Amino acid sequence: MSTAVEIIGVDKTFDTRSGAVQALTGIDLTVEAGEFVSLIGPSGCGKSTLMRLIADLDEPTAGTVEVFGKGARQARLDQEYGIAFQSAGLLPWRTVAANVALPLELHGVASAARSTRVAELLDMVGLADFADRYPDQLSGGMQQRVAIARALAEQPRLLLMDEPFGALDEMTREKMQSDLVRISAETGAAVVFVTHSIPEAVFLSDRVVVMSPRPGRIQEIVPMRLGADAARAARTEELREERAFFDMVTAVREALHQGAPVGTAPRGLENR
Amino acid sequence: MAIATATRMGPKTETTFRIVAPVAVGVIVLGVWQFLVTVVGVSDYLLPSPASIIEEFIQFWESILSASILTGSNALIGLIVGSLVGIALAALAARWRAVDQMSAPVVASLAVIPIVALAPVLNSMYGADSQFGRQAIAALASFVPVFINTLRGFRQTTLVHRDLMKAYAASSGQVLRTLTLPTARPFMLTGIRIASSLAVISALVAEYFGGPRGGLGGLISTSAASSAYARAWAYVVASIALGLLFYLVTLGLERMLQRHAPQAQRRP
Repeated sequence: MSTAVEIIGVDKTFDTRSGAVQALTGIDLTVEAGEFVSLIGPSGCGKSTLMRLIADLDEPTAGTVEVFGKGARQARLDQEYGIAFQSAGLLPWRTVAANVALPLELHGVASAARSTRVAELLDMVGLADFADRYPDQLSGGMQQRVAIARALAEQPRLLLMDEPFGALDEMTREKMQSDLVRISAETGAAVVFVTHSIPEAVFLSDRVVVMSPRPGRIQEIVPMRLGADAARAARTEELREERAFFDMVTAVREALHQGAPVGTAPRGLENR
Repeated sequence: MAIATATRMGPKTETTFRIVAPVAVGVIVLGVWQFLVTVVGVSDYLLPSPASIIEEFIQFWESILSASILTGSNALIGLIVGSLVGIALAALAARWRAVDQMSAPVVASLAVIPIVALAPVLNSMYGADSQFGRQAIAALASFVPVFINTLRGFRQTTLVHRDLMKAYAASSGQVLRTLTLPTARPFMLTGIRIASSLAVISALVAEYFGGPRGGLGGLISTSAASSAYARAWAYVVASIALGLLFYLVTLGLERMLQRHAPQAQRRP
């Protein structure tokens, strides 16, 4: 199995007005092709920063980030990944179809091939009937599904997601998680998923990377034993009620609490 | 109670009301005006009656039309040139911070130049038979709101959109075309709409300070100077119509280019 992401000895320091802030220190992480890895931790642990380093939206202060064996910058220029953020980030003046078509358009895909692909993608996220709507006519969950379709437009082997369901209500969120499980199984893409919800991380992931703050570092990597790879598609709503699921939630919660001072729960975490 | 009734109005009734109400107000004001002059006996010298103004308007229709075209074309040339320069300079200022810093004091001083101060100077610079001074004044007046609004529009791109464009490895031309310009468009159009009224006012006022005759401003001052007050008022009415025409055309342009806005309103 080849490697999707390889991070070796990465530090990241931000220069702010009040001096240098150490956001990440000594990060080593490998994500295999097709693997679903969640980054979880309290606010300020650098999980989003780490994802931005993989995406080459920021550069590490020290260490190397490789995506499919290339430097992060080259991987970005070669469009090796698809990306989705917490806010859907759709262009409000474009229709749903035109939003999904945006990356294809920017990279010179011919118009006919583009519309075929867009129709496929909208079908995949269940929004085929909304192709001609504008983003402000959709609910938050639907907008986020458009953003996911857009991230998948060029069939990336790596999908980077920064709290994509963070702004959604609980019902929509669980539905989106099930959809994501199905989509990632269908596409076979590796996923790096940033979240601050423990059940979300457990439900989705093959491995959960637990991070702790000040300075951001990897506390523990917890493998999920809920049926990896091929069995991922079999993750259904029932899983949320199984004993193994609760055991994994407990395992992740304990890993998180190790990094926090005794008696105080890590801030910014959701146990729901 | 009255408020509850108002909010319960159907959309059709509301539209009708929005048209009928101002028309009714206008008719009432004109009626009272006519009443004051003909029945109460306010002197025609102080306040010409609406009927006499309409009479003058019909009698001098040809001169009013040609004057409106003259002043209107000065305003239009000014509006177009001012808007183009405003947009171009805003693009440069958004791109390079140095241009922004250099242009800020210049724009601030342009914004406060009174037309009355500039008109005589430009008239003497470009000669008494040239329309150029008036067009230049209209352009200057248009430039400021277009520049300020467009520059603000260029700065409205959000971080998530910029990140997205970077993730797509989009070229700077692509970013401009697919992100920056569409984001700035509503601001640009608002600037042009504001500028449209200013362009007409400036072109008109500039005519008070000499230069060739035949525009609305010039004819208002000549009519007033020869005590033809009703005729002066007829030209004023034409000036208002011209200003409204500019405003409505730019408003229509704004609505047309913001295609999806009316659809968004249809959302239940």
